[in-house]
Amino acid sequence: MKTKIFTKSLGLAGAAALALLLGGCEQPPQETAQTGPRGTGMVQVKSPEREEAKRAAIVLPEVQPEADASGPRASEVYENVKVLGHLSEGQFIRVMAAITEWVQPEQGCAGCHNLENLADDSVYTKVVARRMFQMTQTINAKWTAHVGQTGVTCYTCHRGQAVPAEIWFKSPGDDNPPYMGAKNGQNAPVKSVAYSTLPNEPFSALLVQKGEIRVQGTTAIPQVPARVEQGQTIQDAEKTYGLMMHMSTGLGVNCGFCHNSRAFGSWAESPPQRVTAWHGIQMVRELNTTYLDPLQPVYPANRLGEAGDAPKAYCATCHQGVNKPLYGAAMFKDYAVELSPPKAN
Amino acid sequence: MTMLSFEKKYRVRGGTLVGGDLFDFWVGPFYVGFFGVTTAFFSILGTALIFYGASMGPTWNPWQINIAPPDLSWGLSAAPLAEGGLWQAITICAIGAFGSWALREVEICRKLGMGYHVPFAFSVAIGAYVTLVVIRPVLMGAWGHGFPYGIFSHLDWVSNVGYQYLHFHYNPAHMLAVTFFFTTTMALALHGSLILSSVNPKKGETVKTPEHEDTYFRDLIGYSVGTLGIHRVGLFLALSAGFWSAVCIVISGPFWTRSWTEWWSWWLDLPIWS
Repeated sequence: MKTKIFTKSLGLAGAAALALLLGGCEQPPQETAQTGPRGTGMVQVKSPEREEAKRAAIVLPEVQPEADASGPRASEVYENVKVLGHLSEGQFIRVMAAITEWVQPEQGCAGCHNLENLADDSVYTKVVARRMFQMTQTINAKWTAHVGQTGVTCYTCHRGQAVPAEIWFKSPGDDNPPYMGAKNGQNAPVKSVAYSTLPNEPFSALLVQKGEIRVQGTTAIPQVPARVEQGQTIQDAEKTYGLMMHMSTGLGVNCGFCHNSRAFGSWAESPPQRVTAWHGIQMVRELNTTYLDPLQPVYPANRLGEAGDAPKAYCATCHQGVNKPLYGAAMFKDYAVELSPPKAN
Repeated sequence: MTMLSFEKKYRVRGGTLVGGDLFDFWVGPFYVGFFGVTTAFFSILGTALIFYGASMGPTWNPWQINIAPPDLSWGLSAAPLAEGGLWQAITICAIGAFGSWALREVEICRKLGMGYHVPFAFSVAIGAYVTLVVIRPVLMGAWGHGFPYGIFSHLDWVSNVGYQYLHFHYNPAHMLAVTFFFTTTMALALHGSLILSSVNPKKGETVKTPEHEDTYFRDLIGYSVGTLGIHRVGLFLALSAGFWSAVCIVISGPFWTRSWTEWWSWWLDLPIWS
């Protein structure tokens, strides 16, 4: 009798464990794509159901009707037009209609404007939006090494929301912790670093400050003193890996998309996507330091992080789990005049 | 090779699975049997194919010789020899040789009227290999998901496949497999040292008995699993290591495509603390 109960409970425990294991499962077959020479294991593996769900979640807004490029400039027709003044009146109205759909579909014009006086700068979102137009123009003109001819629009990040879904803030007060309890942002799993125990906020050091991302030794046996002289620590390595975890989940790819793990640092053995990613890192640093972080005084307190800083961008901000944002949908080409800097027109 | 005086007594006819009396003979100390012949056939052919593959490659450096599986674009079809077909042929030879060896073990068990524990144990190792080069590639839809045959190249494959799931150490089955591998070595070390300590007494004293061995562990940790039991424990630990290794790779890809760190979000989401 005793053995029976024992066997029964063992069976139950086994069934529970199996259910738990299978409960978290994705069903085969999966989509795979080779990113390196055969037999290297450099392969992207994706669940078709998850990909389908991600595709279905993307609903591209309709393109606004073409506008007449001739006629008086927006700066002549309207007051206080500082960034888009070079557009024709038609183009200006067109891009206002587009951004309303991209960023403030619920609130409409009132999301950014004082409806009594549209030229008034008293609504903070208008000041932010103006700076964001400049940022978008800069990305499209200067960072083609990263965004190619696909370019970006407000919708790339905003997707119909006033605040993009994927933003980050500085982690509060972990800069100079005492020896005991110096967590370095570890053992506090968050989505942005794929729930790993790696530092959960490597972004201040690597995507605002220009911290070294190359931490791997270039010699077979690590030359520890040389690394220490350069000021590199284990924590720097962990931050690098934390950022890489973010890039992977932010883009919905694995390490083999940009690296051959037998020599992460070797450019010669890396797929070409790594070059695009490198430019992306430089781009995000500029966006954070030139455009996003300096907007801090403009925001009300409820839009700031725990450390009182402005919301910032990382890879997931545009990519949102897809290696080509919006699966490569080219929205910029329909707004190339409006979303390029004046000189480029 | 000379035969020990009593050895002849155990060289009995019969017990073969295939071939009747045809291959029921010994060569030196080795029993041949039908499966001895097929083992030799597959292993010699497979090894020759590896040398042929090496001759087509850029190096004879034994560390760097690499016989890679086909590109994923070949799917589950046969690839040309130089583009992974050789890997497919060598895989067939390897499975043929390993399977033959296991069946030869079965025939020897039958001859001697013993249990099938040895071929069963070996089958777990074969199962792990077949999981890597057949079951998982079939579930993933391409032979290209198998590992390459080469000393360095298979290590590079292991590294990259681990990084397909960002952090393989979070794979729960990998955790179990690693734990069983380490526990196996600990159990073997404890058992080996216990037996040697028992049969190497101080000068002038007699060899100690299993009672001493049991008492040693009862004194130490309050329990001894016993002389037979320790072998059951050892076999269980070792086979579990191989079994969970196979599980940890077959779930990576076919049943999970994301980071293994992310799989653990069910733990973070437990209602106890979330």
